[in-house]
Amino acid sequence: MTVRIIPRLEIKGPNLVKGIRFEGLRVLGKPEAFARAYYEAGADELIYVDAVASLYGRNSLLHMVERTAREVFVPLTVAGGLRSLDDIRAVLRAGADKVALNTAVVADPDLIRAASRAFGSSTIVVSIEAIRHPDGRYEAYTDFGRESSGVDAFEWADRAVDLGAGELLVTAIDRDGTGTGFDLDLTRRIADAAPVPVIAGGGAGTMDQVARVIAESHADAVSLASILHYHLAATLPHDGDAFEGEGNIEFLRKGGASGRVTACALEALKADLVGRGVDVRPQAAEAA
Amino acid sequence: MARLAIVDYALGNLFSIEQACRHAGLDTVVTADPGDLAAADAVLLPGVGAFADAMAALRDRGLVAPLHDLAAAGKPLVGICLGMQLFMSESHEFGTHAGLDLIPGTVERLPSAPGLKVPQVGWRPVRPPSGAWADPVYDGIDPGTYMYFVHSYHVRPADPAVVTAVSGFGNIEFCAALRRGNILACQFHPERSAGPGLRWYANLARLLARGELARGAAA
Repeated sequence: MTVRIIPRLEIKGPNLVKGIRFEGLRVLGKPEAFARAYYEAGADELIYVDAVASLYGRNSLLHMVERTAREVFVPLTVAGGLRSLDDIRAVLRAGADKVALNTAVVADPDLIRAASRAFGSSTIVVSIEAIRHPDGRYEAYTDFGRESSGVDAFEWADRAVDLGAGELLVTAIDRDGTGTGFDLDLTRRIADAAPVPVIAGGGAGTMDQVARVIAESHADAVSLASILHYHLAATLPHDGDAFEGEGNIEFLRKGGASGRVTACALEALKADLVGRGVDVRPQAAEAA
Repeated sequence: MARLAIVDYALGNLFSIEQACRHAGLDTVVTADPGDLAAADAVLLPGVGAFADAMAALRDRGLVAPLHDLAAAGKPLVGICLGMQLFMSESHEFGTHAGLDLIPGTVERLPSAPGLKVPQVGWRPVRPPSGAWADPVYDGIDPGTYMYFVHSYHVRPADPAVVTAVSGFGNIEFCAALRRGNILACQFHPERSAGPGLRWYANLARLLARGELARGAAA
């Protein structure tokens, strides 16, 4: 199978943000400009995550999805704060192709069944955001990494598939934004057990780490943020963007990357993976 | 500008199909009204979800007979993903269910095999079953171009001559697209397949504008 490279864009208000372990969100730019650039660079899909997930602000996210879907002709998954069938229907109508669900389905697992029945299981991604405990257990967390659920990540993965999840998005919270590499163990155990595709996320800081989670952990797709965003943030123009009052804009003022992340262009990452014999979709000649 | 009616039966990524059509210069109407379907130059049947639910939704909206009539009258009918599967005689998804039977053949589950995930989600190369493309909707698209698939089932037409494109699942080759007269369908989602998918829609718009998809025109 062709491995998918999926930029993950966390959105707070009108801005693209990125944190470390879901905290300390920095403003990096405007989501739609990043989405367009990734599309043109050969992104296989995109994920939008509403990092605030508040009901207030939902309409502005829907409008952002709608504008994005008009100019980006690859699949778009939307996550964050989707609580009901009506919430899911609203983002799909706005132009999303899939939704990723975490908090709402941990609270009410039957929502997976109802949603996959109503919209098709291929539309329903269950997002598992896990933290590894010192004793080796992996626990699923909800509410953007803030709340522990008491649910074992592996048991939850099995159950989510049984209930109708079409894909699993597996994110290691303790790796997120750190650039220390994917949690290979977490990804491999879920990817090898799940009969549906698994998207690995959290921790990518180098091209080598991306190659490893594919080769060693059998990820069907990878979700990437810092490693791509910090490259693009340094190259996309920000002239005329108004960020004042919208969050931590120190990065935009001063530049510089994040911790151990060695940022790279999406095209360079794909070329590197091809060089290692990984089956990825070649950059399309025309992206218009 | 050709007018394309997109069948709204509550299943399918109508928004993305509509955006791709507009990008290709097609005039679109999203509708479940048989009169609107008959008035359009062509009808597109989208679809995401389960086969039996989709057939029930078409029946509930009184769309089965109108679709048969339009097909018989030579109106161009385009099926995408589940829409393509609904064109077949029957599906073996959770039991046996009758389809629209516009194309003789069946809908079968992708085989399970070690290391192969179902649904198949992602980009796969498509190419002609042999030689060059037989269908002009692939003009300008190189054989081996990647298109975006999301599916657990694939179609198996009784007449292999209708297959216009094939793709792969593991070492299985399956029918990725078909054409028979005024019926044109594909398993992949051209509206989610970036530049090559937009090219597909632009070709569709051109064929419709020239009346080349209506029955009687050369396939």
